[in-house]
Amino acid sequence: MMIPFLALVRKDLRLFFSDRRAVLMSVVAPIAIASFFGYIFGGGGGNTGNNSPIAVLVSDQDGSTFSREIVNRLKAESTLDIKPATPESAREAVRLGKATAAVLIPKNFNVDAARAFLFGGAKPEIGMLFDPSHGVEMRMIQGLMAGAVMETAAKQMMSGRGSPKGGLTLPFRMSPEGVTSGPGVKYNGYAHSFGGMSIQFLLMVGVDVGVALLLLRERGVWKRMRAAPLSKTALLGSRVASSAITSMGTLIVVFAFARVVFGVRIQGSMVGFLGVCAAFSLMTATFGLLIATLGKTAEATRGLAILATLLMVMLGGAWVPTFVFPKWLRAIAVVFPTRWAMDGLDAVTWRGLGFSTVALWIALLFGCALVFGVVAVMRFRWEAD
Amino acid sequence: MLEVVGLRKSYGDLIAVDGVSLKAGKGETIGLLGPNGAGKTTTVSIIAGLVRADAGEVRIGGRILKGDTDSAKRDIGLVPQDLGLYEEMSARENLHLFGALYHLSGAHLNHAMDEALELVGLKERAKDKVMDFSGGMKRRLNLAAALLHDPQLLLLDEPTVGVDPQSRNAIFDNLEILKKRGKTLLYTTHYMEEAERLCDRLVIIDHGKVVADDTLQGLHRMVPVVSLLKIELEDGKLDGLCVEDLRAVSGVASVELRGEILRIGVRDLATDSAGILQWLVDRGHPFQHLASERASLETVFLNLTGRSLRD
Repeated sequence: MMIPFLALVRKDLRLFFSDRRAVLMSVVAPIAIASFFGYIFGGGGGNTGNNSPIAVLVSDQDGSTFSREIVNRLKAESTLDIKPATPESAREAVRLGKATAAVLIPKNFNVDAARAFLFGGAKPEIGMLFDPSHGVEMRMIQGLMAGAVMETAAKQMMSGRGSPKGGLTLPFRMSPEGVTSGPGVKYNGYAHSFGGMSIQFLLMVGVDVGVALLLLRERGVWKRMRAAPLSKTALLGSRVASSAITSMGTLIVVFAFARVVFGVRIQGSMVGFLGVCAAFSLMTATFGLLIATLGKTAEATRGLAILATLLMVMLGGAWVPTFVFPKWLRAIAVVFPTRWAMDGLDAVTWRGLGFSTVALWIALLFGCALVFGVVAVMRFRWEAD
Repeated sequence: MLEVVGLRKSYGDLIAVDGVSLKAGKGETIGLLGPNGAGKTTTVSIIAGLVRADAGEVRIGGRILKGDTDSAKRDIGLVPQDLGLYEEMSARENLHLFGALYHLSGAHLNHAMDEALELVGLKERAKDKVMDFSGGMKRRLNLAAALLHDPQLLLLDEPTVGVDPQSRNAIFDNLEILKKRGKTLLYTTHYMEEAERLCDRLVIIDHGKVVADDTLQGLHRMVPVVSLLKIELEDGKLDGLCVEDLRAVSGVASVELRGEILRIGVRDLATDSAGILQWLVDRGHPFQHLASERASLETVFLNLTGRSLRD
């Protein structure tokens, strides 16, 4: 039983490694895209201010000490890039996408704001023009603007004798801290992106395994294999084993690269990391096998499989973290194996968690692989059309 | 060695194999003949265990072939019509894999590989990748890969498709050696000359049914035309010849006019020829050249199925 099984696995590995360009691409592609995503989503320093500041234009039509103080406070924010503009040029710049937002401080803002504050009545309006595709940044600018106005107003009101030096400010300071594997350990954005892209590419490899199996079925070598006294399980199982081995190898090489170049470390359980990698590799191999049972032809199957893969990758949080999903979608996402793998890799890399945390995900991935494999063996059409 | 009884296989409304039965004794070479789509490959696929028959059974050495892992499969060597080889691997690597599928390993497998490569004349090219082989060499390696486990029954599904005459002869030589070693060969082809050269017995299959199963001589006896008389008339003496009248002459089975040559199928060359020639001379059609040949298997096939083998 083992002689043919091992020979088939060895053959698959030999064929895989004989195509050096394909081998190279299987690791280069996830590394390149993961590097890009890692860089734009915070890179090695996390979201700590290294990102490009948001371009905001300010049209100060009031020109008072009060309004200038507000503008100066905004300029002091490192996350904003404040530049002066007229209302017309500000609107045009936002429309053209050259600025994310524009703040329009109206004439007599100083006087109208003080009147409204002390005696009530109509409040002056600060115009906010924004690029609708940057809703998140807009909310952030609104918050910073409100803070700047309140601090400036408080300073002016309390600037008499005996008042605190520099006027009133907010009675607290925020002390943000990214919770990672330990105090002082910065979040490494590459950890998530390398996990996500590896998962995506390995699923694609799984699709290729399934499609290749359908194509193989129409070739003479398949007839030769089927003519031998081999069980279906051995024939398909060898395919699963070889695919899982190459996937596992790819994961390890990709993460080794991330370790050396971007400092991504397995800060949690190494056993947990290897467990997640092994379970996901096996899952993706049996997923490929399952793919081969879905369509009638290789061409039809490929289209269906790529759609299924992209859905799994997207809903599993490999592209963007699942917290940005609506609540109902987040609830659905937890049933996807890609989500378990992502959570598992995040846990053992930058979160620095132990094996017990990922044990359930590993078990779920192995269970999923078992179900996929059994269904695939039962459903696989052995005779070519 | 091989006994096939009442095989049936349908694909939807298409009946691919319709009650095929045949036998092949030890050391016997059976030719399975038929035009494309006749059911030859499906029959071979069922015998090899690749396709499950709807009805009927296959016995190898008296044992009914059952299931994928049946050890009776070790007695079968399949040479598929499509090349069953990995182009990216060397000849030896291919053989190593296919030998291992039959649980061969170590020295035993090495010996089997050497012997198979020696037989097909590829020992010197053992380490070369298959992608660098000519079509004929690939066909020979395709044969070698089926011999490693020393099967008693060899199923050859059109093993010479697309090869040059030299390689075809080399394959024939290999098959004749195997035949001498006592192997049973089931050889599917639509090349009559191959069947005539190699086979002890011929099974003609058409529309999924066996239409004849006999020796070459026996098949010839089944059809009215045994010999072909080729007559070249003297110049200008063809005018006025009535082919229909000639067909009515005693012993004439068929008449065909190809250019200036009359091709007359006769049932008995010795007794019928004189009367036919006399009939021609009497009606003013003297001949200048005369030749005869035995009716080919192609003619036999045409007579039995109404189709040409290459249809």
